[in-house]
Amino acid sequence: MSSTESIETGSKSQSLDGTILLIVPGVCLVLLLFLYPFLYGFVLSFSGHQGTGLANYTKFFSTPFLRQTIATTLWISFPATVVNIGLALPIAFVTRRHPLQRLVTTILVVPITLGTVLIAEGLLIYLGPQGWLNRFLLVTHLSTSIVHLTHNYWGVFLSLVISGFPFAYLLLLSYLTGIDPVLSQAAATLGATPWRQFIHIYLPLLVPGLAIGFCLSFVQAFSVFPSAVLLGAPAGPTRVISIAAYQAAFEDYDYPMASAIAMIMAGVQLIVVVFILAARALFYRGPTAGAKG
Amino acid sequence: MKRPASFADVNEASGFCIGGKTPVSAGWKQNFQQLRIQRISRNFGTAIALAGLDLTIQSGEFIALLGPSGCGKSTALNCLAGLLSLTGGSIWLDEQRIDQLRPERRGFGMVFQNYALFPHLTVRRNIGFGLAMRGIPGKEIRRRVDSVLELVQLQAHAEKLPGRLSGGQQQRVAIARAIVIEPPVILMDEPLSNLDAKLRLEMRAEIKRIHRDLGRTTVYVTHDQDEALSLADRIVVLNDGCTQQIGSPEELYGKPANLQVARFMGYRNILELDLERMEGSFAFLARPGLRLQGVAQEVLSSERAVVAIRPDDIAIGLAERTIDEAPPRNVIFGQAEIVEYCGRDYLVDVLTESGALLRARTPRRVATGEWLRLQVSPDRVLTFSPE
Repeated sequence: MSSTESIETGSKSQSLDGTILLIVPGVCLVLLLFLYPFLYGFVLSFSGHQGTGLANYTKFFSTPFLRQTIATTLWISFPATVVNIGLALPIAFVTRRHPLQRLVTTILVVPITLGTVLIAEGLLIYLGPQGWLNRFLLVTHLSTSIVHLTHNYWGVFLSLVISGFPFAYLLLLSYLTGIDPVLSQAAATLGATPWRQFIHIYLPLLVPGLAIGFCLSFVQAFSVFPSAVLLGAPAGPTRVISIAAYQAAFEDYDYPMASAIAMIMAGVQLIVVVFILAARALFYRGPTAGAKG
Repeated sequence: MKRPASFADVNEASGFCIGGKTPVSAGWKQNFQQLRIQRISRNFGTAIALAGLDLTIQSGEFIALLGPSGCGKSTALNCLAGLLSLTGGSIWLDEQRIDQLRPERRGFGMVFQNYALFPHLTVRRNIGFGLAMRGIPGKEIRRRVDSVLELVQLQAHAEKLPGRLSGGQQQRVAIARAIVIEPPVILMDEPLSNLDAKLRLEMRAEIKRIHRDLGRTTVYVTHDQDEALSLADRIVVLNDGCTQQIGSPEELYGKPANLQVARFMGYRNILELDLERMEGSFAFLARPGLRLQGVAQEVLSSERAVVAIRPDDIAIGLAERTIDEAPPRNVIFGQAEIVEYCGRDYLVDVLTESGALLRARTPRRVATGEWLRLQVSPDRVLTFSPE
């Protein structure tokens, strides 16, 4: 007890000395590059051609063409996030103790280094009507007609999975390796099969990692833009909310409207993230080691 | 700290019984006559962690695997639990060969060094985990968990998470979790090594009491010879993966099979001398300024021999410094160099005239620099061949 008290008083006296000034550059950077543009856009969204106040927001929600972009974006980003996490969890679980784990990790993480545009170009060529995939399917008679995987929903979906999976995988891998393997050994000696070890030990301890992974994956997928334009059908099925914002800003030159759309976008993301993190609080969130040590 | 009044009370309350009245779902064996470990070995790459351990354990026995770190004792325990596969040998529970079974099919209870409690489950659910895995109904689990909670005196902490318990309480939960499934064998991997000295003694007594009350066969890994001596019916001393000696605590303490076991059993004075002659099993040994008579523990073939003497076996008396005549055999003169006060007695490092440093225990107060007369009985001078 006395040792923790002395540590606490130690940190109190430390906060009074000059080291606190070290956070000043960081705070300035955040204020300048994040908070100022955000507040500027927030204020801007309440002005403009439609009139002041909530006019931009009213227009967005009363115009089906704009309003629908929320559903369209959710309809792409939600399944993509679920698939990313759903793929990353078993793969991370299997590779976590594997001798070839570093090699596998390297291969799986390569898509991070490729830009979204490069992935889009690659998919266009590979999955296109004249691409290898369709030729292969036709030659092997696995399909009698061309499978359309570009310039529609599936093109955007696949590109989100390819670019989003490595993040989810790396995050879950680090959470998984942080769980003491002795816990599953203990469960085994108590009669738990490997599947039940996973269900009763690993999964509950992974909830915080799954929640954070889901949030990061989802936010990334929800703000999809380049692949929705390049691989999707930006006029119809993949007219995501960021395309609406882009058109307002750079085709209609209606910056206040674009700001309002950006605010709505942030609002939707915030609602989902808050919901997920609130759900996480219902589960165990403490240390994942077997003992105090 | 109310303790169960008697063995019979605990038995009645919990359904713990050596005879095995309590029904348990099929597949996990509870009672057996013999656990036979036949020449089991385990290699890690080219390193041999355990080489040919041979041991037959009777039902109800308390076995300690004793040795320094890296001697293979934990490897042996993990092999028994099924957490490590064998490189060679076999393990039999009566007529059933079990070394191919996965740990969850063996059903041996295990207490881990760092307890390995599930941090996200309450004490009650930690203890009930093994019962839940066996498909036992909730009401029955509750009843049985309640009775072990009473056995380890943690009733008040049932709904807490393990992170909120002290080290000693966590240890009790780990033990309760292993015994509630009524396993044929309980395996303990240095369960007391993370506790402070006072708590370690308390928990040692606790483990002894639980073993006395439940009579479960226990295999206990430790590097502490006091723990092994006080708990075990039989001790297996391991070194570098090889079995050094298997015997009762009294056998190991009084008659260690070789120098390594002797060192481990607290024979802290190890001296190499010339072997003058043998008379029966008595060896007559000498080095300049020191003449000893000891008992040969093995065939002494070379001209040199090594003696091992426990500090407790050396009697200390005061002496005038004698220069002229050589002292009689097994009497050694020396000067107290370091005196450690141990509460009940003193541990004295004596620099003898022969130049050897001997450690001896004495109840009398000794001052540093004092001249002392040491004497040791020939049958307490264990004599071995040099290594």
